[in-house]
Amino acid sequence: MGSRSELLYFAWRNVKLRIGLGILLVFTLAALIGPYFAHHDPNAYVGPPGYPPSAEYWLGTTTFGQDVYSQFVHGLRSTFVVGLLGGGIGTILGVCIGLLAGYRGGWVDEILNMFTNIILILPTLAVLIIIAAYLTVRGIVVESIFIGCTSWPWAARAIRAQTFSLRVREFVDLARMSGRGTLKIMLTEIAPNMMSYLFMVFILQFGGAILNAATLDFIGLGPTQGVSLGLMLNNAVLWAALQLGMWWWLIPPGAAITAIVGALYVMNVGLDEIFNPKLREL
Amino acid sequence: MALRVENLRIYYRTLHGYVHAVEGATFSVRDGEIMGLAGESGCGKTTLGHSLVYMKPPMIYMEGKVFLDGQELPIWDMRRMNEFRWRLVSIIPQYAMNALNPTRRIGHLIADLLAERGLSYKHVLPELKRRLDLVQLSPEVLDRYPFELSGGMRQRMVMVISTLLNPSLLIADEITSALDVSTQKAVCEMIIEFRNRGFVRSTIFITHDMSILYQIADTVLVMYAGQLVEKAPVEEIFRSPRHPYTRMLIAALPRVGARQRTERLRGIPGSPPRLLDPPPGCRFRDRCPVAFERCTETPPFVEVEPGHFVACWREI
Amino acid sequence: MLALENVTKIYRTGALGLRRLTAVSEVSFEIGEREIVALIGESGSGKSTIGKMILRLLRPTSGTIRFEGQDIFALNGRAVKDYYRKVQGVFQDPFASYNPIFKADRIFALIREEFFPHLSRAQWEQKVEEALRAVGLNPPDVLGKYPHQLSGGQLQRFLIARALLLDIRLLVADEIISMLDASTRVDVLNLLGDLRERGLSILFITHDLSLGHYISDRAIVLYRGRIVEMGPTERVYARPLHPYTEMLMASVPRIDQKWARQPARMEQSVTPGPTGCVYYGRCPIAQEICSRRMPELVEVEAGHYVACFMRS
Repeated sequence: MGSRSELLYFAWRNVKLRIGLGILLVFTLAALIGPYFAHHDPNAYVGPPGYPPSAEYWLGTTTFGQDVYSQFVHGLRSTFVVGLLGGGIGTILGVCIGLLAGYRGGWVDEILNMFTNIILILPTLAVLIIIAAYLTVRGIVVESIFIGCTSWPWAARAIRAQTFSLRVREFVDLARMSGRGTLKIMLTEIAPNMMSYLFMVFILQFGGAILNAATLDFIGLGPTQGVSLGLMLNNAVLWAALQLGMWWWLIPPGAAITAIVGALYVMNVGLDEIFNPKLREL
Repeated sequence: MALRVENLRIYYRTLHGYVHAVEGATFSVRDGEIMGLAGESGCGKTTLGHSLVYMKPPMIYMEGKVFLDGQELPIWDMRRMNEFRWRLVSIIPQYAMNALNPTRRIGHLIADLLAERGLSYKHVLPELKRRLDLVQLSPEVLDRYPFELSGGMRQRMVMVISTLLNPSLLIADEITSALDVSTQKAVCEMIIEFRNRGFVRSTIFITHDMSILYQIADTVLVMYAGQLVEKAPVEEIFRSPRHPYTRMLIAALPRVGARQRTERLRGIPGSPPRLLDPPPGCRFRDRCPVAFERCTETPPFVEVEPGHFVACWREI
Repeated sequence: MLALENVTKIYRTGALGLRRLTAVSEVSFEIGEREIVALIGESGSGKSTIGKMILRLLRPTSGTIRFEGQDIFALNGRAVKDYYRKVQGVFQDPFASYNPIFKADRIFALIREEFFPHLSRAQWEQKVEEALRAVGLNPPDVLGKYPHQLSGGQLQRFLIARALLLDIRLLVADEIISMLDASTRVDVLNLLGDLRERGLSILFITHDLSLGHYISDRAIVLYRGRIVEMGPTERVYARPLHPYTEMLMASVPRIDQKWARQPARMEQSVTPGPTGCVYYGRCPIAQEICSRRMPELVEVEAGHYVACFMRS
């Protein structure tokens, strides 16, 4: 049995991973297929205002008569887009900067480290408010890019530390003695050894991006168009859904965000147990 | 008879099944004997040594008995072994010198250990200082943190700590392998000195380095792939080894003075069997130049001369 | 063929690189054609640092290393590749030398990609098989496996075979047998001897004196980054001049003779003055002058050098 199939064996046996994946799968399906069952435009005023769940409006309607179900499934989509795009950008930036700083060391490392620290202490919200002032029309993509560009520093730090420990290993020396260039060594020797790590970084970035987007949406700095789970929450709170007892407006987006992010973090713990032989249970 | 081990079988549990790490080990160590335990990596020597003190999973006790000074050791029971550990049986694990708690001063460390067993540090301190002096450490090291000491100094410190309560049996696992030759020699001489002064009664000295055993051991026990192969007094095992494995192993050691251009040594072709599913019989048989049909049965470990045990059908 | 001239390596450590650690100090020696030179020293003596500098993995702080007359740190681009075509290394830990997630023979693929991109697959496979047979491996037994499926001895031979694929002239062997079992290390050692017969030179870095003696033509003894003694192996072993070499010889565990019962001198915390002899703190025959000046290497007999005021 190779080490790869061994990993799969442990992955399959890991309850945390299975639970996390299961939850994620349910929401992914909802985001993919759900909109096809929505008969109404998410932002159109289609029904009676503040109507509880019924056969026509599965999750009821908002104070303005918008279909909550339709908003929810479309919102899920944009949530996944933010997660993939924002998390992806954050991961890629973090990995590239971490690898370069860790492998080259010296002044390259010092400069990149300084840059990382600057981004780390940057007051994200203040910057976003400024950006919001200039960009009157903001879409989900702009939001994702912004999240990706501000969330990479801790990933870069972790990757840098990993790279530091890998670059002194003899197989890296051997690659150098085979005449390999720096870039090739980073991509073909060091990065593959951190695959498990990179995977976990991505998962955490994914979850973080969703959470960040929800926060931004909730305080009104989200996209000016479209729907998202955070915007739904924002509107629900703005129009006193809680006080009016319109639970159907509030709970679906809140529960979904909690469940998705929670599932991602549970998966992360599970993956840690799989990749780290010391945590494996026999 | 200080230590007597009877038919000890220790396995490891892994994903793919049981690793047969120690198989039917029967031997004894006399009072005052320094027994070298030798063999290649993965032969089970460390497992055997550790199992006598600290049977931690995935190590599994299968069967066998261990007697120390006539008293049976409950080696399968981690909790009950607590009252024997350190007092009666003590172990210096391979990387012990790097495993001292870095946040405690060495004196505190020892006081903690003693307190756990209801002993007073003050009471032991004079003896502790005498022993530090013996290994050429000044008493002020007790006020230092472990990282302030060099590797050689830490190794000496660990040796003093582990023998402080005058155990009947000391198990030293590869304690010289990370050291330079000059420090190596000093550590070996300490082991002999501790025995001579009665700090420890019997010692099992585990190492892969046969030439060190020639220097310090009274007897040598050779293991191969989980099986005991040969045990004999040190001169005998180096001058007239009986088991083909021991013979080839000793022939492969370069003597100072031997040079390739004048005297070409030879290794042992092949490699040891996997212990996950070992073949029946003598485990050396695939590499053995004199193997015959009978070797598919496990040879018994029998005394062929006084104090000289061999497990080989050719020698019985 | 290879010459080190006054090579010094100082590591900067600590915050802002303020603390300096001298790993290698004014080391000069040469390696000739078809010669095995043993570089002997305890841990921290700078022996591996020297090996890494020869392999261009570390840059000396001062001094030059010349290969066939050319400064190896003045090379660039294609010339670096040409250098690696002729000079290669094998390291101590066979398992760390392989990227654990790839098959072991990937180290050959790397050589093919970088050095022999035009060779056809069949030609290349034949070349690999020849190299493997030259190091005593049976190709079908070892090809296509992961590192953890091979033994330490096989992995080290693999690395030597990798070097043989190139037009190698000098092999830096850094403690390559210290992690191997006694039953296989002699075979790897013999292999190095056979390579010398094929025209290779080898720098054999080791802490094990008996192994160094078994294989080498010349021996260089290092202590704290400095050469304390250097000469033909037989002379150095039969008549060690430096007190440090003497002490080493007396401490080697032999299997034909027990240690003399003289107490080993432990490392004391006496540090030599910044200009004094590196061995001053442990030396049994040190005199006042030794604490003030570092002795130079002096030729005492043909080719046999020692750095000791008392013995030269």
